[in-house]
Amino acid sequence: MTTAALPVQHAVEVTEVSRVFAGRKGASVTALDAVSLTVAPGEFVSLIGPSGCGKSTLLRLIADLDTPTNGSIEVFGKTASQARIDQDYGIAFQQAGLLPWRTVTGNIELPLELHGAGKAARRERAAELIELVGLTDFAGHYPDQLSGGMQQRVAIARSLAESPSLLLMDEPFGALDEMTRERMQNELVRICAETSAAVVFVTHSIPEAVFLSNRVVVMSPRPGRIRDVLGVNLGRMSDRGENLREEAEFFHSVSRVRELLHGAAPTGARGVESR
Amino acid sequence: MTPAGSVRTAPVRAGAASRGRARLRGTPRRLLVGALGVLALALLWELYIFLAPADGVIVGGVTVLPRASEMAMPHLWVMLERILEPVTGSASAVSMLQAVLEASLFTLGISAVGWIVGVTVGLALALLMQRFKLAESAILPWVILSQTVPLIALAPLVRRWGAQLEFGAFTWENWMSVALIASYLAFFPVSIGALKGLGSPDANHVDLMHCYAVGWWKTLWRLRLPASVGFLLPALRLAAASAVIGSVVAEVSIGLRGGIGRLIVEYAGAAGSDPGKPWAPIFGSILVGLVAAGFVGLISLFLRRFRRGEVAA
Repeated sequence: MTTAALPVQHAVEVTEVSRVFAGRKGASVTALDAVSLTVAPGEFVSLIGPSGCGKSTLLRLIADLDTPTNGSIEVFGKTASQARIDQDYGIAFQQAGLLPWRTVTGNIELPLELHGAGKAARRERAAELIELVGLTDFAGHYPDQLSGGMQQRVAIARSLAESPSLLLMDEPFGALDEMTRERMQNELVRICAETSAAVVFVTHSIPEAVFLSNRVVVMSPRPGRIRDVLGVNLGRMSDRGENLREEAEFFHSVSRVRELLHGAAPTGARGVESR
Repeated sequence: MTPAGSVRTAPVRAGAASRGRARLRGTPRRLLVGALGVLALALLWELYIFLAPADGVIVGGVTVLPRASEMAMPHLWVMLERILEPVTGSASAVSMLQAVLEASLFTLGISAVGWIVGVTVGLALALLMQRFKLAESAILPWVILSQTVPLIALAPLVRRWGAQLEFGAFTWENWMSVALIASYLAFFPVSIGALKGLGSPDANHVDLMHCYAVGWWKTLWRLRLPASVGFLLPALRLAAASAVIGSVVAEVSIGLRGGIGRLIVEYAGAAGSDPGKPWAPIFGSILVGLVAAGFVGLISLFLRRFRRGEVAA
């Protein structure tokens, strides 16, 4: 596995984290309940589960967009807050969230510009990333001139702008149609192989999770907990391609994740960490 | 603003091209519709004069429709002809056109000062309210309340307070009171519009800025201000109109000479014998309003890039 030989420091270490949202009149919602999870450097981990299982909440906690009620989160051995300040991660949301008044290039340059990179360096890096996500012909276009898939590719390029060693992605392909989605997944696999960043990827889609991940974290709602963690033996990122979707191991993993998700009847495979 | 993530599958180039065509087709059409609107108003005026009885319609001692006599409602050509004649019968009188244009320019200048002060104060208040929630709850009700104070009541106060101001070579002049009152009207739409605009970015975008670990000022400059342009421009236009109205009204209530407001009052007295005369400064004030609105239109031309999200493809 890609993770075996790397140093001990985790990319992400979530320890006994709970997040309770205070509701009105004392009623509170436990979005996450004592969740623990580690992500190794370069590892692709998907969080999957039904709505309300806290997968997005967990991602937001790692991104320091929210603070846990209990427990601790470390990113590359630092607090989540410090990691955010140090720009240790790149992030992409379900909505591409591009600034409509900036061109593709301008949007990708945004983080670089905000952190004081020089103009020439910015241009160069943006051009590199635009090529990486295959939008060379659209560098000067504005977001409203792009399709949803293209916008999302720009958002991914933007998240990669500062070469982070950790990518946080919250259903980035959630709003795309199935064909675009599969194409984007292929591209993401390729990009991950090229950048060797660790990824925490939130999704609703079982095939998506299986196709992309080294490990799939299956979560259950009310309160949000990790039901199980499933290793996916589909080989290295760089070897994954379109054909993978036809392989028996792929289908096997898909059905195991499905069983875990619908999890009322624990199957024999329950709890197996097949890393 | 449409969310940036909205899925638009229309072919890129075709979309851009059709937008370009639509604008070319749109501008002459808009001008035509505008001209037709003015024409319709003129026709309505003349039609009423033609149809209505000269003494109006009186039901049980109450006039329900105004009189359409030549004194009460002069023909449009009378008004226009009057503009080209001298102001009075005396030999030294300047032409009406010149008098009105000079007064218009005077009022426009005061309005501009009022607008600039109003926009500055409005923006500053909006920024303060955006930055501190407490400031919003403390200031916003007063901002709204401020507009319920009648201008006429305010004018003499401002004048009196202003007259007491004096430091060094600086003395408060009456035109400053007028500009101040204009700004009092102008700041309101700006503060409200800017506050709404500064708060308009998606949660998504705000989160992103937080992820980038940038502070309030950078977020303001890179995100909030650009996002607010769509709200700010209508507010600036409204402020321009308010500044003009404020100047005209304040000129009258303060008694400042030289502006269009003063001319309106002065010439209104002549309506009995010279029905076309009062209309000249009224047209002048419309001109001032149009120039003010046109100026804001010019600003919006430069800020077009920031309104992309709103342009319907």
